[in-house]
Amino acid sequence: MRLEYTGLSEMQGSLVALDGVSDVSFDELAEITLGNGERRFGRVITIDGDKVILQVFEGTDGIDMENVNTRFTGKPISMPLSKEILGRIFNGAGKPLDGLREVFPDERRNINGSAINPVCRRYPRSCIMTGISAIDATSTLIRGQKLPIFSGAGMSHNELAAQIVRQAHMMSDDEEFAIVFCAMGVKNDTAEFFKKDFQESGALGRVVMFLNMASDPIIERILAPRCALTAAEYLAFRHGYHVLVVLTDMTSYCEALREFSSSKGEIPSRKGFPSYMYSDLASIYERAGLIEGQKGSVTQVPILTMPNDDISHPIPDLTGYITEGQIVLSRDLEQKGIYPPVAILPSLSRLMKDGTGEGNTREDHGDLSNQLFASYSAVADARSLASVIGEDELSELDKQYVRFGERFEREFICQGDRENRSIEQTLDLGWKLLGTLPRNELGRVSDKLLDKYYKPAEAEIME
Amino acid sequence: MNSINNYSIYGVNGPVIKVRGGRSLPMMSLVYVGEDRLPGEVVSAKGNETIVQVYEDSTGLKKGQPVYPTGKPMSVLLGPGMVTTTYDGIARPLRKIADMAGSFITKGINLPALDMEKLWDVTVSVKDGDKALPGMIFARCRESETVEHRSMVPPQLKGVFTDVVPSGKYKVTDVIANIVDERGKKTPVMLSQVWPIRRARPTAKRLPITRPLVTGQRVIDTLFPVGKGGCAAIPGPFGAGKTVVQHQLAKWSDADIIVYLGCGERGNEMTQVLDEFAELKDPRTGRPLMERTILIANTSNMPVAAREASIYTGMTIAEYYRDMGYHVALMADSTSRWAEALREISGRLEEMPAEESFPAYLPSRLAGFYERAGYMQTLAGDEGSVTVIGAVSPQGGDFSEPVTQNTKRFIRTFWALDRSLAYARHFPSLNWNTSYSEYFNDLKPWYEENFGRGFTKMRQQMVDILGSESSLMEIVKLIGSDVLPDDQKLIIETAKVFRQGYLQQNAFHKTDTYMPPEQQMDMLEAILYLYTEAQKLTAKSIPLSQLLATGIFSALCRMKFEMGEGKTGAEFIKMIDDAVSAVLAGNE
Repeated sequence: MRLEYTGLSEMQGSLVALDGVSDVSFDELAEITLGNGERRFGRVITIDGDKVILQVFEGTDGIDMENVNTRFTGKPISMPLSKEILGRIFNGAGKPLDGLREVFPDERRNINGSAINPVCRRYPRSCIMTGISAIDATSTLIRGQKLPIFSGAGMSHNELAAQIVRQAHMMSDDEEFAIVFCAMGVKNDTAEFFKKDFQESGALGRVVMFLNMASDPIIERILAPRCALTAAEYLAFRHGYHVLVVLTDMTSYCEALREFSSSKGEIPSRKGFPSYMYSDLASIYERAGLIEGQKGSVTQVPILTMPNDDISHPIPDLTGYITEGQIVLSRDLEQKGIYPPVAILPSLSRLMKDGTGEGNTREDHGDLSNQLFASYSAVADARSLASVIGEDELSELDKQYVRFGERFEREFICQGDRENRSIEQTLDLGWKLLGTLPRNELGRVSDKLLDKYYKPAEAEIME
Repeated sequence: MNSINNYSIYGVNGPVIKVRGGRSLPMMSLVYVGEDRLPGEVVSAKGNETIVQVYEDSTGLKKGQPVYPTGKPMSVLLGPGMVTTTYDGIARPLRKIADMAGSFITKGINLPALDMEKLWDVTVSVKDGDKALPGMIFARCRESETVEHRSMVPPQLKGVFTDVVPSGKYKVTDVIANIVDERGKKTPVMLSQVWPIRRARPTAKRLPITRPLVTGQRVIDTLFPVGKGGCAAIPGPFGAGKTVVQHQLAKWSDADIIVYLGCGERGNEMTQVLDEFAELKDPRTGRPLMERTILIANTSNMPVAAREASIYTGMTIAEYYRDMGYHVALMADSTSRWAEALREISGRLEEMPAEESFPAYLPSRLAGFYERAGYMQTLAGDEGSVTVIGAVSPQGGDFSEPVTQNTKRFIRTFWALDRSLAYARHFPSLNWNTSYSEYFNDLKPWYEENFGRGFTKMRQQMVDILGSESSLMEIVKLIGSDVLPDDQKLIIETAKVFRQGYLQQNAFHKTDTYMPPEQQMDMLEAILYLYTEAQKLTAKSIPLSQLLATGIFSALCRMKFEMGEGKTGAEFIKMIDDAVSAVLAGNE
């Protein structure tokens, strides 16, 4: 029987302090009962002698210093798990939102997880095809990878994420896969959009949803990705599922972290974010991966909206340092009406080189992808020259580049949100477009592959 | 010690623990905290309260739980068996932790760095009555096919050997001999010894840096070398290829021992090193690279306090092998994560923050780390070196931030990675205008002797051509390249060959991943020969376009791949001659 404490000694923001407390452990879960019988949960964040500071998940609104009872549970926050979680909807703290009862646990796991021992990781080598050319060809998603989408407010990242979820498949397999969807501080419309999309594609039975809306307490927002990843790890490493985790929007998460940090009175670092934000984000992103001797996998696609489209803002910046590449969306392309508006040059998949090519996709994949990058980067130079001296004054070669760039964006990057291109279609399309450039401009492809795949385009497009 | 004192936990705030119960815990000494005995270090004390930072997740610690002092500084057990092993930030073997606890790291597993049971085939090289001097090698054993482990007399010990055992099979803690000092005190020596991680191991003296670390990476060997015993920094935004450069150096540089320190970086990168290094062969010995490598992994989700300690663990191990007379290269990826760990702990200790809320002592800590590198004469009289290559991850890719700026003060080779080069897939994305090497002048004699006569001059020519190109490109951006006169076009075309054919190097290509010095020299010669011959043609007012049409420039761009397949420099010189004669013939 554990002691119950009545009353508080201090309250500020989402924090409450209790005096005269003993036998409480760091990071322990506490249950707080208000005068009106309402129950809330909190977590021990500081112990200082007999004084304990608790962080209340649901916020402190309506709590007073006297009529409140606190009971410490003796355990860190854990989540009840069983296969039943598939198809369920939870809030950020892992409590059911769908009106059904709590999950009958097959196992309880601490939501903070523990780090995968680096010597036990299996290096990710098998690619996931998304059917989207701009991703499959040049920033291939690999199973076990963490590949974020860097977007901006108002861009079509949600549509892109939904399309990835709809179309993602392995080159060859019929293994079980599941989706864990975690919404942090998103608007109701966004959550509805995903829910509807999962429903239409018939995926709902394979989805676990964690929803923390923009108006929900920020502390739950900090817990949400941890609950989601605990569920993902359970499905992957206990039941052998291949789990795709979509986390949106990491910007809201980081802002919640900042709000919480400043309410604790911590010394702020860049742009007011706490100095431990890197470690904190890493404790989320690093929970992707494969484990030696285990069948399942956790793949993460976090979505974040770059404040003011600034990629050097601390949130995208720290994310980029942890994740294995990034898919960057471009407002220019979005405004040209190109969907998905993937900016090819800053996008990158670090694990791509080991998961593509002969035996995985096709022998020419690596070289072709490098060549598309290099040629498209020459387009940018030709365009900036054209903006100074006018397109008419460009050399014939530069004109060819400008035309290539135009077609590359309209035909290769652009595709329908229901269009599912096979990797062969994507690669062949790449070769078709490279055909509009002279062969000696294609320095990234070996002669052998050029002989096999390069076909100069007919003169008709030259007009 | 301190049996009167009864230390216990008073407060917990993340990895920062307040301890009460006595006033005799020495600064920076190791303590074990709580019932799980989590290792921690004393970082400050005030009144009757001592502050300890713990190296593991502090979840579950309670007020009143015991704290066990050791009285000793944070140390690492050094000895045979370190090579090929993967350690965490405080030198616990991760493979063994996995054997005990499974795929996820659990806390409170305190394991020694070495295998205490393994028997080593030891050759003892001293006998009773021999004089024992600090750092003297008294026993040897094979640690891997390529590394001979040399057990040394600990630096503070001297006297006469007694009770020496014969050569044979011994464990790391078996007493190999006793050393009797002048007062008659006997001290046992073993294959292993203990050293505090924050104290530099002593050497006889520092020697001047005269040899480069040959890396097989063209842009580094030719333009921006780092000396053996020197320090280099690789700053770059994410995606610029810092880690690939670090991996390339760890794979191909001509060091005897590599200590690869993954400090706050990705877990999969460590797996990649483990996988690749077990397969790849060292070009000089033909043995797997892993046989000369020690890995230290504190990935970004492992405890942050251990990250702060990890670079000292790595440095101490590097120094230990240096003292055996080896040339050691220490790759730290990334020092920014270490600095951030310092900041995080400093914040929790409520210290006064300086720039970007890094603690004010950041520069002195950085200096203390980089100054432990050097080309040394060891106590035993041999030569050994520790070369440090530190990656820096500047926030937002902005080099004016405190970690990059302060690092620049203590290193002499600066490899600035550039986001725009990376976007154009120019790898390694070293920007040749902003990178520098202060070692080159010290290394000139070595280069003239080993790369070949005239290397210094040729290198300068290359630098000049690249420099002129970047100023010409300013004009080209405004008006296009068509209007330039032929001699300037030639500079642009030659610089293009240098950029695409020479500076770009494909880390994932079978042969291009490593290029030996002779071949680098051949390429340099061929490209500059083409430049001189082309200059002669333009002087005769023969249009450059004619020479370009022969395809010789693009042939030189592909020279690196063909040299990997056995083509020689002389064949390329002949190709250039042929192309030039063809153009000349057409103009007669």
